[in-house]
Amino acid sequence: MQDVSMTLESNTPLARDIWKMTLRGDCSDIKRPGQFVNLKLDGFFLRRPISVCDVRGDEMTLIYKTVGGGTEQMSRLPAGTELSVLSGLGNGYDTEKSGPRPLLIGGGVGVPPLYMLCRVLRQQGKDVTVLLGFNSREDVFYEAEFAALGARVLTATADGTYGKRGFVTELLPGLDCTYFYACGPMPMFRAVESVITIDGQYSFEERMGCGFGACMGCSCQTKNGTKRICREGPVLERSEIIW
Amino acid sequence: MVNTKVSLSGIELDNPVIPASGTFGFGYEFAELYDINCLGTLSFKGTTLSPRFGNPTPRIAECEAGMINAVGLQNPGVAAVKSTELPKLAQCFHKPVMANVSGFSVDDYVQTCRELDSEAQIGWFEVNISCPNVHGGGMAFGTSPEAVAEITAAVKSVVTKPVYIKLSPNVTDIVPIARACEAAGADGLSLINTLLGMRIDLRTKKPVIASKMGGFSGPAIKPVALRMVYQVYEAVSIPIIGMGGVCSAEDVIEFMLAGASAVEVGAANLVDPLACKKIIEALPAAMEKYGITNLNDIIGGAH
Repeated sequence: MQDVSMTLESNTPLARDIWKMTLRGDCSDIKRPGQFVNLKLDGFFLRRPISVCDVRGDEMTLIYKTVGGGTEQMSRLPAGTELSVLSGLGNGYDTEKSGPRPLLIGGGVGVPPLYMLCRVLRQQGKDVTVLLGFNSREDVFYEAEFAALGARVLTATADGTYGKRGFVTELLPGLDCTYFYACGPMPMFRAVESVITIDGQYSFEERMGCGFGACMGCSCQTKNGTKRICREGPVLERSEIIW
Repeated sequence: MVNTKVSLSGIELDNPVIPASGTFGFGYEFAELYDINCLGTLSFKGTTLSPRFGNPTPRIAECEAGMINAVGLQNPGVAAVKSTELPKLAQCFHKPVMANVSGFSVDDYVQTCRELDSEAQIGWFEVNISCPNVHGGGMAFGTSPEAVAEITAAVKSVVTKPVYIKLSPNVTDIVPIARACEAAGADGLSLINTLLGMRIDLRTKKPVIASKMGGFSGPAIKPVALRMVYQVYEAVSIPIIGMGGVCSAEDVIEFMLAGASAVEVGAANLVDPLACKKIIEALPAAMEKYGITNLNDIIGGAH
């Protein structure tokens, strides 16, 4: 973890309420896909924890959803803004466990951290399948970007306006994968958990105070004892989760 | 050259800046970022006799100039604190620490303090009788002069280290409570703990925090905290550790003028993990700016 000053380079809408921000600065604390950063915004007391979509050299990509005053302010920040970024937070995904044919399952604003994961797994020569779930056609993003990494991409929307109709789990039948990595809302996790037969990892979201393990605001109980989502998480092994 | 040294019950601190319990863990997360030996001391995570998971999540809500927490005294229990946490803290911090202790009965406090008293690292006890986030304990003890006197006397009878009682602001009048602690033998007082507060989510139309209410902290509460430190300073002669929304060296000076001998920094640590280091580094210049050469000279200076 370190507090890095980063410069906002671009900040553009990607889908309904979804924005893509690129920042330039020291990204060296992002060691694994699935880690997050905590951004300080003027006028807001607590920082905003945002998952890292990708890092390339000194460029960091964040994709975030405007859900309240803080993220709405983020979406209005112009290029050139200097931001205090606590970088290198959370454990991230363990790519060693993927086997030859990993499955990535993302729902809504849970999709972004899977992009860096997909890139790393593809670099390792893995045969990656990506399942993307959204509410509606206007929420869909990053299909082409995942495909450009050489992954097989399947998309579902809850209202059937794009791709397969229904939850992302509708895309599971017939797939032959070795391990899964999931990020998305709890209803998606419960749906995945009810049908999935392979082992994997889920990345959780929780309201946080500090984001680096000091306040105990985001603790959860697991089969391996109490864990802080911000520190021992956000990624938990399927086998340790108490549903 | 200014003097930032202060003393609490005969133990000298290099400066009056102390991370507040519950915002600094057992120090080692922060030691990854800076040498925490620059701190005056630190008040470690509130420790209870048995391990506690604490309250359900969400436990955190943001406010204007502050936050609400309802962690509920999550801690590994006194045995694990002794066997695991204190040795890890000893690796990165080499000064006497403040042992923050909480409980659900007088006997809980007595047993936990007795267990910790023999630990060489511990310089002081900070007995938390003011946690707003647990039922049947915590703040319940801190709201009547009789109850605080009973706890104070009971803890004092079993420990050798100085005992500071951490008071709740959620009372009609803090002065009789402070006086009761002093009369029962407290070596000092810490104030204030968090103010009971809440937020409601407009989308769900329900409280943001799972346990509905929690402790409000941050810069927004500073005037309330200053007022209480000021009032208590006039009523007692034991030292006061002041806290509530401290974010800067100027805030430290303001609390000392109100009557604090040392100052704790709480919520600021969660927003900027370097907050205490920055405050300590800024303190000499802030003292010079306001014509202060020795911090001890300004304690209670506003009276």
